[in-house]
Amino acid sequence: MTKITGLSDLTQIKSAYLDEMGQYEHQILLCAGAGCISCGCSKVSQQLTVELQELGLEQRIKVVETGCIGLCSLGPVMLILPERIFYVNLTPESLRTILTSHFLNSTIAEKWCYRDPQTKKYIPTIDEIPFYKHQVRIALEGCGSIDYSSLEAYVAMDGYATLYKALTSMTPQQVIDEVKASTLRGRGGGGFPAGVKWQAGRDAVGDQKYIVCNADEGDPGAFMDRSIIEGTPHKLIEGIILAAYAIGASHGYVYIRAEYPIAVNRLSAAMDQARAAGLLGCKLFDSEFEFDLEIRIGAGAFVCGEETALMESIEGHRGEPRQKPPLPFQAGLFGKPTIINNVETLANIPYIVQNGAKAYTKYGTPSAPGTKVFALAGDIVNAGIIEVPIGMPLRKIIFEIGGGLIGGKAFKAAQVGGPSGGCITAADLDVPMDYMDLMLKGSIMGSGGLIAMSRDTCMVDTARFFMDFVQDESCGKCVACRIGTKRMLEILERITRGKGREDDVDRLIEVGNVIKDTAMCGLGQTAPNPVLSTIRYFRDEYDAHIVDHRCPAGNCKAITIFEIDPSSCIGCTLCARHCPAFAITGEKKEPHVIDPKLCISCRACYDACRIGAVHPTKREAILG
Amino acid sequence: MSLDNLTCGCNHGDTEEEKYARIAQVIDAYKDKEGNLIMILHAAQEIYGYLPLELQKFIALRMGIPLSKVYGVVGFYSFFSTEERGKHTIHICMGTACYVRGASKLVEAFEDRLYVKVGGVTADKKFTLDVARCIGACGLAPAIMVDDDVYQQVTPASVGSIVSNY
Repeated sequence: MTKITGLSDLTQIKSAYLDEMGQYEHQILLCAGAGCISCGCSKVSQQLTVELQELGLEQRIKVVETGCIGLCSLGPVMLILPERIFYVNLTPESLRTILTSHFLNSTIAEKWCYRDPQTKKYIPTIDEIPFYKHQVRIALEGCGSIDYSSLEAYVAMDGYATLYKALTSMTPQQVIDEVKASTLRGRGGGGFPAGVKWQAGRDAVGDQKYIVCNADEGDPGAFMDRSIIEGTPHKLIEGIILAAYAIGASHGYVYIRAEYPIAVNRLSAAMDQARAAGLLGCKLFDSEFEFDLEIRIGAGAFVCGEETALMESIEGHRGEPRQKPPLPFQAGLFGKPTIINNVETLANIPYIVQNGAKAYTKYGTPSAPGTKVFALAGDIVNAGIIEVPIGMPLRKIIFEIGGGLIGGKAFKAAQVGGPSGGCITAADLDVPMDYMDLMLKGSIMGSGGLIAMSRDTCMVDTARFFMDFVQDESCGKCVACRIGTKRMLEILERITRGKGREDDVDRLIEVGNVIKDTAMCGLGQTAPNPVLSTIRYFRDEYDAHIVDHRCPAGNCKAITIFEIDPSSCIGCTLCARHCPAFAITGEKKEPHVIDPKLCISCRACYDACRIGAVHPTKREAILG
Repeated sequence: MSLDNLTCGCNHGDTEEEKYARIAQVIDAYKDKEGNLIMILHAAQEIYGYLPLELQKFIALRMGIPLSKVYGVVGFYSFFSTEERGKHTIHICMGTACYVRGASKLVEAFEDRLYVKVGGVTADKKFTLDVARCIGACGLAPAIMVDDDVYQQVTPASVGSIVSNY
């Protein structure tokens, strides 16, 4: 790789890459996001090469492996350019049919395209699929549309041109002013204005300053940052260098989870390329600015996503939070002024610096402009990664982009913001997904995990699940979090076992509020949120468990048993075939019966029944 | 020798001494990096398989830091193990999405299949069964990881075939 020292180098790389791609009639973008990798895209990729050769198409068609295209639940997927036809659920066996039809017979292989669950119609063009139609891609731009492993491909989408512009024609203060004017708020969960933070970093006095990228994406149900790193590692690097230039840091760290081996590999490969191209580790674009970047891998501690704990961990210590103040910009990593930004925040920076704050504030709401990346998961049809303007109503996200709930089940609640967040109920589906509006509903924007839940999810058990998580991940440094979360967990556990006491809900609220007020770090202060939020909206479910010893969702095994309604059972035998305990008996076309003594409350029959004849019921009522 | 070669886990036939020697080389290579302890422990675990007290003593001595410091860090992070692990590690994801889609049923299925509880090692030392915090494959829940391979939309019925891959 030759060194990139000026605009002409960038232009040359860009045109060379575009020329090379222009030799091909088509490009096949094959998703190699972590999701598609786990459903076998590498086999599809190998087979694709074989098939293209056998069909004599290899000269006409270029296969490009990209980061996450977004629709993870239908993976492996591929997008064919320039016609933008999207094929889903690929298998090595299906490729021959698709390629023959598409390229040799010029007919779209509709059967392998996206099928709208509501209209049952096939939608071959990616831009017409509701999942993509409503998205605006800024942080995710390039993710799923370029070769993640190629510096040239990133330069071809004008990557590193922003860095050139900033270094050659903007002062650090001008960069900060642009970010300030964009009102970009931290996307990691805190929501603190990034420009203000940078200004503090710039103004801090010190011979050495650090920029740290927080890629310790630990919230269960969140995989936004992972997608950005795996799809466009160079964009993250560019964002980090811009931040470093703005605050005056000569060294940076990316702190990334050990659970993300693919992201670590792709980022370190991209960093090697950038270093070889003279974009890291030496003076950039013949300016006086010099910067280098290093990866630090976590070791499985959720609390290290908290900024002071993260710094402790980079320093090689136990990841226990520090008392604030001093704030990181005063005395952070190794005691030096440090600015810590989340991956998604930094991925927005190149766009803002390149296009100006005005272009960015076109999207979103006045108080929170721009876009937010969400990870849709749970009982939702189109699980995957989306980026939408801030302020989009939850209803649109769940039902238009997300395609509604699996099996057409009724929507009960969405859990937003993971273990620090809360739930949004069906009554609040029209709430705009904005920092302020979500806070008023007792939730937070958080880092972007969005889990849809149906009537089959017990809210008490969900609260218990999150409390189990934070209790386990509590570092134990402060009493409020160490003991408080344990006590809350114990109470929740006994409620789900039907042993709840009358004053348990009041006690949960009391303990929760004390933890919120007195815990040392963000993990502790937000830990009670899921419990307080479910109490606020689903008090009736708590009461049903405590007073009536009944789990309305049929989730809590200790107090639930299943029954078949003889008047609606059609005797299809499906439930009996699914029952692992052989507890269901009955003749074909006759109503079936569950033996309560054998039933292990595993819900297999409930999930299997297609006509809703199986019901959860109170264990006490049947077995005493 | 590059660091990649040092930490490559494929030399399972190495003797105790050879492993210790490689760990010593890693420590020397990272010597000048600030805050290097966690990186060294990652590499040491990769080479040795786990971090028994003897090895922790060796690392502390070679780095010139108190054993209490090494022990404290090892104990804090869930990725570090002080007990011998199976040849393969099965991580069942217990993230929210997987949990909602039935991850706890998978735990039972793996426990039944391997005759081992979560956290334990199978009698033939082939598998360590563990649960993981969200592995970020939420779009494909419930998901599990065997070493670095991710399996998506796993059902209790598919547990047998996954185990037989190893």
